[in-house]
Amino acid sequence: MNPKLSNKIANGALYGIAGFIVLILAALLGYIIITGLPMLNWHFLTTPARAFTAGGGIGIQLFNSFYLLLLTLLISFPIALGAGIYLNEYAPNNWVTNVVRTAIEILSSLPSVVVGLFGFLIFVVQFDFGFSILSGAFALTFFNLPLLTRSIEESLAAISNTQREGGLALGLSKWETVTRIILPAALPSILTGVILSAGRIFGEAAALIFTAGQSAPALDFTDWNPFNISSPLNPMRPAETLAVHIWKINSEGIMPDAKAVSSGASAVLVISVLVFNILARFIGKRLYQKLTSAK
Amino acid sequence: MDKKLQEQLLKKSKAAKLERLGRGVSFSALLLITLTVFAIILFVASKGLSTFFSNHVNFWDFLSGKSWNPSVTNSHGQPEVGALPMILGSFIVTILSAIIATPFAIGTAIFMTEISPRRGAAILQPVTELLVGIPSVVYGFIGLTVVVPAVRTVFGGSGFGIFSGTFVLFVMILPTVTSMTVDALKTVPRYYREAALALGATRWQMIYKVVLRAATPGILTAIVFGMARAFGEALAVQMVIGNAALVPTSLFAPASTLTSVLTTGIGNTVMGSMQNNALWSLALVLLVMSLIFNLVIRLIGRKGAMPK
Repeated sequence: MNPKLSNKIANGALYGIAGFIVLILAALLGYIIITGLPMLNWHFLTTPARAFTAGGGIGIQLFNSFYLLLLTLLISFPIALGAGIYLNEYAPNNWVTNVVRTAIEILSSLPSVVVGLFGFLIFVVQFDFGFSILSGAFALTFFNLPLLTRSIEESLAAISNTQREGGLALGLSKWETVTRIILPAALPSILTGVILSAGRIFGEAAALIFTAGQSAPALDFTDWNPFNISSPLNPMRPAETLAVHIWKINSEGIMPDAKAVSSGASAVLVISVLVFNILARFIGKRLYQKLTSAK
Repeated sequence: MDKKLQEQLLKKSKAAKLERLGRGVSFSALLLITLTVFAIILFVASKGLSTFFSNHVNFWDFLSGKSWNPSVTNSHGQPEVGALPMILGSFIVTILSAIIATPFAIGTAIFMTEISPRRGAAILQPVTELLVGIPSVVYGFIGLTVVVPAVRTVFGGSGFGIFSGTFVLFVMILPTVTSMTVDALKTVPRYYREAALALGATRWQMIYKVVLRAATPGILTAIVFGMARAFGEALAVQMVIGNAALVPTSLFAPASTLTSVLTTGIGNTVMGSMQNNALWSLALVLLVMSLIFNLVIRLIGRKGAMPK
């Protein structure tokens, strides 16, 4: 074939493929928003789910998702921060570091079901936490740690070495340099990484089915004592999240309006992830402008 | 006085103490992650292997047996735990979805890096990021309400099966493979392209004969990564594949994967029972496959590292 002709054909095909991908996303988002948006109202977002009759909401599931997200970030952020700092600032280039990096890579590629099953075995059965928010938060921590660690490490690595030299030249110890100079400089991109990981945690379900459980007991939203069983803040209660809820009502099929409820819940999930994405960019940029003189 | 001075000079400063503390704390965080990984492997392996050691199931029968019914014993007095249907199901959906996704991913990546970088950055970059961000249950739900009925009307049958699973997985791994392929194409040095164009190659010749060849290891890594993701994906597949533990005979008949049997089964069995152990063996197969995918990625990375 004439090279010029094949060039034209290939060009056309590539445009077609790129258009196709955009079309897929448009169709997906369009479908979710069009079927889900009519469901979204205050009543749907705040009332508890009903198992056997139509008209239930997703109030408790929505609260559970956010509470679980908060707990997971509270547990995983300090660990990931420590690990990221050590990997980027202290780790010598030897076989131990190699093993550690391999381990993190393995953890990040493990199927989330396996992570969930491990959480089930350790926290639910061994430690006797039962199906609880706490078990779910630990399972999600394992799921989240490798990616968060890597993103923090990359954020730290992006800070120029002259900053480190400056700190050391001023007589600061290495740790002081890291905490007083490097971390503040890396803060915007660390925060972006955290928010993006929040989006992933928010939509995760496979790791939660056997750790946070598949039931959402009624909550008393006037009782904020974390030790009461019906208190929303109690970390030892079973807590079905939004993503698990979508899976559950679709695979059991006893809820008469399962389709409508899952459309609405899917829309909430996707919109939340969208918001997380936009927030990550916006906050990262704003913070960077605020902390530095860059415009 | 001398003694006091000596003590003052030899004592560790506050900063040095803080340094040691910080270093220790950050190292222990890292250690925790590493230990967790070993614990996961150890626990899943010990649970998964107990099917063979304490329930005395033949390992080969487990891998090649065609009927999965752990609560029933067969003529030899052994429980029926043939995992072949699930293993086959997992491999078929993984390989098929990777085969379909690869051309689309490579095409999109070429478009983003070579044809129209400006539009690539403005439109396709956010598109792939958004597609990655959509939770897997949402993919499963759309598969259940759109893909399954569509397959049912077009091809007949129930609509549940390998074809629907493949389609859902294809859309799920597409953005991952695409963005990793973009990274691979971006590492090809600019002078490769310039040299090809200077020799009179058309743009397509330059892409096909130079850029793609140079980026092959990176693209392979992207595909294997996508396959690893497809292999481990649980809920989206479970919702559309039909969950029948049969050796797949047709793309449109209900089948099952390792992950789908795990998600539906673990809650219905008692810890420590034979049926439960058999499920843990499936989890072990998943774990081992994920380790193998990891190894393959490392091997490709080592063989094909781009000279800087």
